Amino acid sequence: MSNNDKLWPLKGGIHPAQMKDVSNGTPIKQLSQPKEIILPLNHSNGAMATPCVNVGDQVKKGQLIATFNIPVATRIHASLSGTITAIEPRAIAHVSGLQAQSIVITTDQSGQIEILPKIDDWKSVSHDLLIRRIEEAGIAGLGGAGFPTQIKYRPHTQINTLIVNGVECEPYITSDDVLMREHSEQIVEGTLIALKILSAKDAIIAIEDNKPEAIGAIKAALNKLDTYNIRLRVIPTKYPSGGEKQLIYILTGQEVSSGNIPASLGILVQNVGTLYALRQAVVDGEPLTQRVMTLTGSAVNNPGNYWVPIGTPIQHIMNESTRDLIPHKIVMGGPMMGFDVPDANAPISKITNCIIIPTKQELPTFSDSNPCIRCGKCEQVCPVNLLPQKLYWNAKYHEWEQAELNSLFDCIECGACSWICPSEISLVQYYRYAKSEIKKEHLDKVKSDQARHRFEDRQRRLEKLAAEKESKRKARAAAAAKIQSNKDNTTESVLDDQAKADILASLARVKAKKPKLTTKVLDTKVVDTKALELAWQKTEDVVLKAKAKLLIAQQENSASVPALTTALGKLEERAKKAKLTWQDAVKFDATTIDDIEQ
Amino acid sequence: MIIIIAILVLLSLAGVFGALLGFSAIRFKPEGDPVVAQIDSLLPQTQCGQCGHPGCKPYATAIANGEAINKCPPGGMATVEAIANLLDVDVVPLDAETDENPIPLVAIIREDECIGCTKCIQACPVDAILGAAKLMHTVIESECTGCDLCLEPCPVDCIDMVEIPTTIHTWSWSPPENHKLKANLIVTDGESL
Repeated sequence: MSNNDKLWPLKGGIHPAQMKDVSNGTPIKQLSQPKEIILPLNHSNGAMATPCVNVGDQVKKGQLIATFNIPVATRIHASLSGTITAIEPRAIAHVSGLQAQSIVITTDQSGQIEILPKIDDWKSVSHDLLIRRIEEAGIAGLGGAGFPTQIKYRPHTQINTLIVNGVECEPYITSDDVLMREHSEQIVEGTLIALKILSAKDAIIAIEDNKPEAIGAIKAALNKLDTYNIRLRVIPTKYPSGGEKQLIYILTGQEVSSGNIPASLGILVQNVGTLYALRQAVVDGEPLTQRVMTLTGSAVNNPGNYWVPIGTPIQHIMNESTRDLIPHKIVMGGPMMGFDVPDANAPISKITNCIIIPTKQELPTFSDSNPCIRCGKCEQVCPVNLLPQKLYWNAKYHEWEQAELNSLFDCIECGACSWICPSEISLVQYYRYAKSEIKKEHLDKVKSDQARHRFEDRQRRLEKLAAEKESKRKARAAAAAKIQSNKDNTTESVLDDQAKADILASLARVKAKKPKLTTKVLDTKVVDTKALELAWQKTEDVVLKAKAKLLIAQQENSASVPALTTALGKLEERAKKAKLTWQDAVKFDATTIDDIEQ
Repeated sequence: MIIIIAILVLLSLAGVFGALLGFSAIRFKPEGDPVVAQIDSLLPQTQCGQCGHPGCKPYATAIANGEAINKCPPGGMATVEAIANLLDVDVVPLDAETDENPIPLVAIIREDECIGCTKCIQACPVDAILGAAKLMHTVIESECTGCDLCLEPCPVDCIDMVEIPTTIHTWSWSPPENHKLKANLIVTDGESL
């Protein structure tokens, strides 16, 4: 028991003014119906939802109107009944004041509601059915990150302990506080459902000791249970005890290592609001269409907590409290980690737990800061054990690599260092700037690597095409040259030789015929027969050569075999002719000589 | 005698280490030029040719051979500084008429006007234009490096270079430098370290 009671005090941390009693004195009020509901389609990870309704469609409260085609995203439901009047870019709750594609619903008074089938007996249904219900109901982490809850219930490791985060450590915010006061039983039931889905051993509900009413309500709800695996732990008030990793350390003494998630320690942390929404989704079949939101700050007349439909414009909520208010600024979230919203027409989202409308004195706009005096107070208050001063220099002089080495990305941007800084340096602004610059650099690197690969691939392709073209050209040239040389070597040269022989033979014939007519010149006749013999011999030589070539060609299976064969045929014929001519000449000679002699 | 021993020992040591160095120079010779690869990784890979080289890698090779490091307008001063840091040379101002911090651009084809000549497709260094002869072409915006090499060959001038709009997901925090230092108490409070 003693070990169970042990708490590990948070290292660092600060004690800013609570300012919680500004808004937690009254019960949760119902907000009047806004004229318009704006539901942005963008998800924090860059994905865009696809609307499943068209402009002009009538929608009921709780009707599914947009889905994502990626698993790590939450579904979007109509938070009030009405007509879809536009799907267009609208201002969203973002510090940049940029617009995002949004579904705009003009609300009506019909009050039509669409709910999912109720699962009364959730103890006997399968885990899968319950996880699917979480997905269908579009539940996201309501504590601040807005992470899709269904993903958390499909962990890669066994979850042993569920931590229910009711710490709400940031000043001003009281939405979890009042929710615990008024709906403790539903939160406890949500915890039981979560324990069943996870098959976890036990759960710890953690609440800061500055919320005695909430502690009392949760205690009463737990006393009604017959199970004892849910414990209530009251932790000392200190900012930022409600940070996920900080709370795990306070309750268990274990540290989630850098870059890891609590599931690596077998722990899952859920905000009380998330578990309330989970219970509503399972038992009552209600999709997540509204949440408790704190409206506070000295500039509003009646601060308090409201049930606000998701997508209600901030302007409408301000009007509810103070008509014609021109705010000095609008802070979404708490004064430590929240951000200024530049446009009052922006809608609240599933993660908006608080809107502060401060006076100028209350939260002055960032003014000139003094130089760092190296007092080291920031290092004492950092709950993550970072070196804020070092990170400040790194960010200021754009030493991104050094900043990363100094674990910039482990910074939770809690703002404790900025709060304590005697020089009023807005340190977190530097870290946010450095983080976004480093992320941008990484993105640029990815893009330039992609461009390099595409460029290199293209170069390779062009080279390959050029090489192919060249090799084709060479092959064609080689083929042409071969044909040419074949012609030269075989048919052509053979025929050339033959032509010469033919010419000689015909000359000889002409000369041989001459004695027939004029038998006077015997010398020439004798020479002529000799020339004819020579011609015939030559022709025979050519035939032999051609035969040899044909033989080689046949052995090599060359394409020139048929051409050579026909050429050889012709040559043989000519050789025969030459022989005949010579023999005729010899005979003629003999007879003429005989004649002459006679 | 001692002197001779000393000389012999030193000579043999020199021989052994010389052989070792010679062996490792051949055995462990790095492939390609590592400096070129390092410079190439710092260049923005737009492949635009504004440096006078046909792509980023050829320019990286040229820098390694002693060419000026300030000829990359798309990279801006950031690239010049990064290369100067890598090569340990002085930072020189960018050799360009354009801004020192260039705005990222993307090419957009006015598709109604495209005649399908494929000239831009052949000009694109990263194959980011899709289309076929006598059919409309389009730019794959996620792959476009904004090099504007496709503008010039287009016979009907139907390609525009447009600024990439900032969305919620590409938006980033601006530097919190809007405050003035009242006094430089210590040297590092100044503008440069």
